[in-house]
This record gives sequence, C-alpha cells and structure tokens, in this order.
Amino acid sequence: MTSTAHDTPRKARRPRAPGRGVPLALLAPALLGLAFLLVPLLALVVRAPWSDLPEQLTSPAVWDALRLSLVCATTATALSLVVGVPLAWLLARTDFPGRSLVRALVTLPLVLPPVVGGVALLLALGRNGIVGQWLDEWFGITLPFTTAGVVLAETFVALPFLVISVEGTLRAADPRFEEAAATLGASRFTAFRRVTLPLIAPGVAAGAVLAWARALGEFGATITFAGNFPGRTQTMPLAVYLALQNDPAAAIALSLVLLAVSVAVLAGLRDRWTRAV
Amino acid sequence: MIRSARLTAGTAALALLTALGLTACSSSSSSPENGTVTVFAAASLKESFTELGELFEKEHPGTEVTFNFNGSDSLAAGIAGGAPADVFAAANTSTMARVTDEKLTAGDPVTFARNRLTIATAPGNPHGIGSLKDLTAPGLKVVLCDVRVPCGDAARKALAAAGVDVTPDSYEQDVKSALTKVRLKEADAAVVYRTDVRAAGDKVDGVDFPEAAQAVNDYPIARLEDAPNASAADDFVALVTSAEGRKVLGKAGFLAP
Repeated sequence: MTSTAHDTPRKARRPRAPGRGVPLALLAPALLGLAFLLVPLLALVVRAPWSDLPEQLTSPAVWDALRLSLVCATTATALSLVVGVPLAWLLARTDFPGRSLVRALVTLPLVLPPVVGGVALLLALGRNGIVGQWLDEWFGITLPFTTAGVVLAETFVALPFLVISVEGTLRAADPRFEEAAATLGASRFTAFRRVTLPLIAPGVAAGAVLAWARALGEFGATITFAGNFPGRTQTMPLAVYLALQNDPAAAIALSLVLLAVSVAVLAGLRDRWTRAV
Repeated sequence: MIRSARLTAGTAALALLTALGLTACSSSSSSPENGTVTVFAAASLKESFTELGELFEKEHPGTEVTFNFNGSDSLAAGIAGGAPADVFAAANTSTMARVTDEKLTAGDPVTFARNRLTIATAPGNPHGIGSLKDLTAPGLKVVLCDVRVPCGDAARKALAAAGVDVTPDSYEQDVKSALTKVRLKEADAAVVYRTDVRAAGDKVDGVDFPEAAQAVNDYPIARLEDAPNASAADDFVALVTSAEGRKVLGKAGFLAP
C-alpha cells in the first residue's frame, strides 16, 4: 500500500500525453478504495482452512445450500425480468401523474434494511398477512417457510436493481427509433418488442446480472420471511451465518464457495453480454 | 498540486481509519473510569439485569452500571479479544468455558440462574398443544432454534429425552426470531425459553412440558481478571447471586440455580 503511494507520483508527474496523466488527488483515494474492497476478500482466502477444505466442501449440506442458492437467485432474476422490464419501460416512456413518486417507491427496497423487507413481506404475504390470508383461504397457499418464499424475498430486494438499470438504459436510448417504427405502422408493443428491446439488450443483461448477484447474496429478507431449513430455504448466506455461530472454519469455507461462484459468473457474463455497458 | 493531493489522500486515509477505529470500539466504548461497572450479559438477561442495575446504582450512589446485551457467543469473543469488561454473564456454560479456558475470569464462575424451555403458542393455545409429541401433528407449523445456538441445542436435548422427532418448518437463528414467528402467527408453535414467553406478555401463551427438565440452561456469571473496576464488579456479582437478585430473576421467569 505505502510503496504504491510512493511510486505513483513519479509516474503522475511524467504524463504520457498532454492531459492524460492521472492526478494523485484521484489516484490515491482510488487505490485506497480498491484496497478497502479487496483486502477483506484477500483475508478470506489467506485465512481459509485449506487443509480441511476438501472435507468441508464434500458435505452434502454445502451442495444443498449452493444448489438452492443458484436455483432461487436465477428464478428471482427471471421473475424480475418479467415484471421489471415492463415497469422500467412504464417509468421511462410514459407520463402519468405521480410518476416520480412511483419511481421513488420502486427504489425504496434499495435503501430499506433487508430484515425490514422480510418483516414487510410477512405482514403482506404471510399466513396472517393482508394478502397472504386470502391466498391461504382461497387457494391454500402459504409462502413463509417455502422455497417460493425464498424466491419472493430475493425478488423483492433484486427487482429495484433491474428496474433502475433498465430505466437508465431506456432513457439513454434514442426514442426516435420507436417513433419511426410507429410511423411505419407498428403498434407500440410491436415497436417495444422488435425495436426497443434489442436496442436495450445490453442494459437489460447488466441489470439482470446485478439483480442475480443481489439475490444470490440475500440474507436478511430471506431468513426473516422464508426461515431456515436445509434443502428448502437454507441458502448459502444463511448457511454461512449459522456456521459462524460455532464453526468459523466452516463459515470461511462456505464463503469461499460463494465468492468463487460469484466471481466466475460475473466474470463470465461480463465478457459475453455486458461489454457494451 | 501534488502537495494538496497528498493532503487529500492523507485526509481520506485518516477519515477511513477513524471510521474503522470507531467501529472497532463501539462495542466497548465505556471508559474504565472509577465508579462505572461494565457488564457483558446474554440477551435473555436484558429485562432482569436492567432492573438489577438500577437497584445496584441505588445501593451504591455514585456508581454507574453500563450493559452490553448481546448473544453470549459474540460477547465471549469480544472478551477474548480484549474488550474492557468487568463482569460477564452467559446463557450457558459452554460459552462461559470459552472465557475461562483463556483464564480471563477471576476465580470460577457461579451459576446464578437457570432457564427452562417451554412451547410458545398463539394466545389461548388454539391448536390445543399439550406436549412435545403434539408438535408432530400434520399441518402444524413449528419453528425451532438452530442446533448451533443455545436454545436449539437445548430443544434438541428435550426432544431426544421425549423420544419425539419433530421436523420443523424452520430452524431460526436465535430464540427471539423463533418467538417472533409465533407472535406474527406465521408459526403455530415454537420451542423457546420461559423467560421469552414471560417477556412477551399476553402476545403468546406458554405450554410447559416435563422433558424441559432434561435440557435446562445454567447461566454462569464471573468477574473478569482484568476488570477495570474490580471491587464494584464483585459487588455487582454479589447482588446478582443474592436473595434480592434471585427475586428479580425469578420474576422474569428464571429458575433458582
């Protein structure tokens, strides 16, 4: 850390081209920020119980949790796409009274502590909740303590990421293409499907990756709304938290798996679909 | 330019370090000034110890008792990490053992209370639950504490003693979340401590069961070796273990040791 800080000013004083030097005022905080993000991850790798790792990772409980995490995060992302892209379109392309209020409400789960989100979901969709009691009475559906509950909790926290990301892309996209399609006789839905959607595909992909990552790491809303049962609602973050209570080595091993999966998927997707963003 | 850059970077680093330092200290910020006793106590002791603290301050004018209520595990970890506490009260003996193993207590811990499990149900016990066996009824939503936290460990022992195999809907991360599921009527029953049911007032009912006797938690208390205020700490431990202390704990639902 110190050596980088000392080495860099020399480089900064010798700009390769006019106006292309990196000012120290930006470089030093940037490197500090980078170190702040990376050192904890590095610590996880350094302190990992490497000798016990094969034993820790071959337990079926770990794979149950990982499988559940991947299935739920992917389902939550799909659900977010189905309702999130139209919602983003509505916010970006139409004008209705109270639109800015709606947008603020959409972003609310971003700042809400996830545990609060979980409690809110219980009060809404729980067996005794304002919507949930009718689901139970009419259809016999109860959502808490089920895998479906995990998916809903993850969707609740992941959806805003997708909406914000897609809405931003829509605002940046030129509406004249849609207008041209309309003048050529396309309906608004056809224009959206055939013109807008391909245009904003990279933004949608980026939003989906963000939503997926958020869903994969979701803890607070999940444990509050869906509870914790191995194979049914115990996702990786829950398994990590509970292992931490009395077996930190197991918790580190589980964290490494989650870290490896996240890095692999994010790296893979970045190269393939989201380069343009 | 460069000078100001260095200043900015320095300020940023300082701000970051200050922020980190504050976080590290926040759990133990009380200064070891004379007249302050710092007590690290299990979360389940919150109501009764707060009352005992007020009693202590009344009996020892000029002395102030500050509490850090948290899960026993994290408190033990804090003490092992050098947090300046005077007294430690844990919710079970295995957690206290983590502190005594490091020889951080002054003398052996004393058991000052015991806590017994009970079945929490909705007010009026609408499902007519009368025993652990009733928790296996089909369709009944039951939550237990995870076996890795003390209440889950105790519940596992009690179920084994009863010879009952309960598959719950969820293994909750602590006893209060288990209770919350019953309070919100998401679960029909939860195995929690008597003191939790007592503290919840009329929001839940408690159903006692005989096998709880085989899974009683002992609550040990000890003055710490490096206590900044050793004499007042000894006095506080004496109050907790006195007849007066037992009366307060008994009112909260704790059993005598």
